[in-house]
Amino acid sequence: MSFLAGENMHGGYGGADILRGCTIAAAKGEIAVVAGPNGAGKSTAMKALFGMIDLREGRVTLGGSDIGRLTPQGRVKAGMAFVPQTGNVFTTMTVQENLEMGAFLRRGDISGSMGQVFDLFPVLAEKRRQAAGELSGGQRQQLAIGRALMTRPGVLMLDEPTAGMSPIVMDELFDRILAIRQAGVAVMMVEQNARQALAVADRGFVLVAGACRHTGTGETLLGDPEVRRAFLGG
Amino acid sequence: MLTDIANAFVLLANFVLIPAAAYGAQLALGALGITLLFGILRFANVAHGDLMAFGAMATILATWQLQAWGIGIAPLPTALLALPIGVLAAIAASLAVDRSVFRYYRRRRSSPIAMAIASVGVMFVMNGLIRMVIGPDDRAFGDGARFLVSAGAFKRATGLGEGLSIRVSQVLTLAAAAVAVAALFWLLQRTRVGKSMRAYSDNEDLARLSGVDPERTVLVTWVIAAGLAAIAGTLYGLDKSFQPFTYFQLLLPMFAAAIVGGIGQPVGAIAGAFLVAFSEVALTYPYRKFLRYLLPEELQPDGLVQLLSTDYKFAVSFVILVAVLIWRPTGLFRGRLL
Repeated sequence: MSFLAGENMHGGYGGADILRGCTIAAAKGEIAVVAGPNGAGKSTAMKALFGMIDLREGRVTLGGSDIGRLTPQGRVKAGMAFVPQTGNVFTTMTVQENLEMGAFLRRGDISGSMGQVFDLFPVLAEKRRQAAGELSGGQRQQLAIGRALMTRPGVLMLDEPTAGMSPIVMDELFDRILAIRQAGVAVMMVEQNARQALAVADRGFVLVAGACRHTGTGETLLGDPEVRRAFLGG
Repeated sequence: MLTDIANAFVLLANFVLIPAAAYGAQLALGALGITLLFGILRFANVAHGDLMAFGAMATILATWQLQAWGIGIAPLPTALLALPIGVLAAIAASLAVDRSVFRYYRRRRSSPIAMAIASVGVMFVMNGLIRMVIGPDDRAFGDGARFLVSAGAFKRATGLGEGLSIRVSQVLTLAAAAVAVAALFWLLQRTRVGKSMRAYSDNEDLARLSGVDPERTVLVTWVIAAGLAAIAGTLYGLDKSFQPFTYFQLLLPMFAAAIVGGIGQPVGAIAGAFLVAFSEVALTYPYRKFLRYLLPEELQPDGLVQLLSTDYKFAVSFVILVAVLIWRPTGLFRGRLL
């Protein structure tokens, strides 16, 4: 049973449709990877799930109920967290303040969640008083994910979390994302580095021209000769 | 010799340091409002000088009423008692303006320049309204004790030739500004609403994703900026005098202060305000008497040794502004680009 699902989504930014019957979904305790060539509508599909663009057709469900009418803020309250590709931390605020902002909608004690984030990303605990703008790219990404986790989301959506990262830093981040899955969170990510991402994926979606061309477990997709030839370079 | 140095220092303190500090504090309160509004609403509020005048006007009207009733807090000026009325009036006016003008442009996601130009219109309307209500002339509203330290008393106490006078309004200005700034920084650094304002100013989209309510943030920002503007306007009126057009003229030094400090940076606005104020006062002060105390007779100047006539004091802020925009457009504290 999918926790978050976008079914048969059609829509775009006002002009021609970018999504043409796209269906993607993620279940709790699973990693769903959305892959595909440039301009296939991967990021647009994520934005559609988050309510940042209007859908002409199709529906988005969270935990079984239709959330099509919810604003992005409403979806955050409902348990969705989104980490944009760029501009995903408050650069002038400290690491700790960034995490506090993540928990902005929560009332009561947040030190437990902050401790969990620090356990997951120990480097953030070290740099908690430093401004986020002074962090390295990899650390910034960790902070961005940590900020999103502070809402205690049911589903964590990541838009190209490893963009511009060195392979070592990338491996480490995937390792952390696996740990987040272990905690029972549904993870959905758009990835440029499709081969590595599909290797950790429980479910994979290959988008082409706004529609879902291939669906299956990460392993199946990696083994599919057509997918390999078209998107993974043989 | 030692008395000469003491005299020179007292002279400088009396005519440059103290007045510039008070003036700097007044500019700082206005510049803080400008910089906060720019950080959150993303436009330069040209109507800020008139918002100060509006707040001051409401304070004056309330002061007159209190004076008529015979209510006062002597030796402090009655205006201090009336200040909350001015603050509330300025907040009400700015919220009304935001609802009727700026919200429309915000919803249309208009460019910052369109909103700045809309604020020019707001400025004219507010300007006219103020003149209709209180008139264009000088309005006196200060009462209570005038001096904390008078020049005569200072001379008698120290035996120096130069007198140092400290006006109540100057001390009041510095004290009120210190309290207002401390409260503002406490709010921005320690409270939930303050942090959400900083987050919104830093990264609007991410702040929305974190659940920050944009309209509420805008509202809080107006309340703070208008409150500071009313305090600044009243203090300026008490220290100098209240005349509507002088507030319009304050716009340039206040913008210079906000930009020099780095727009969107509260600390920068304060530093910029004092930089502008001290430059303005120091460059227009005639140093003849000061140098006479310090230099041997054969070196003493004949002229006034005034670098710039006071008529040109606004040129000082203008030059600072242009210099900063050319050589360091993000300001001293790395703010945003206008």
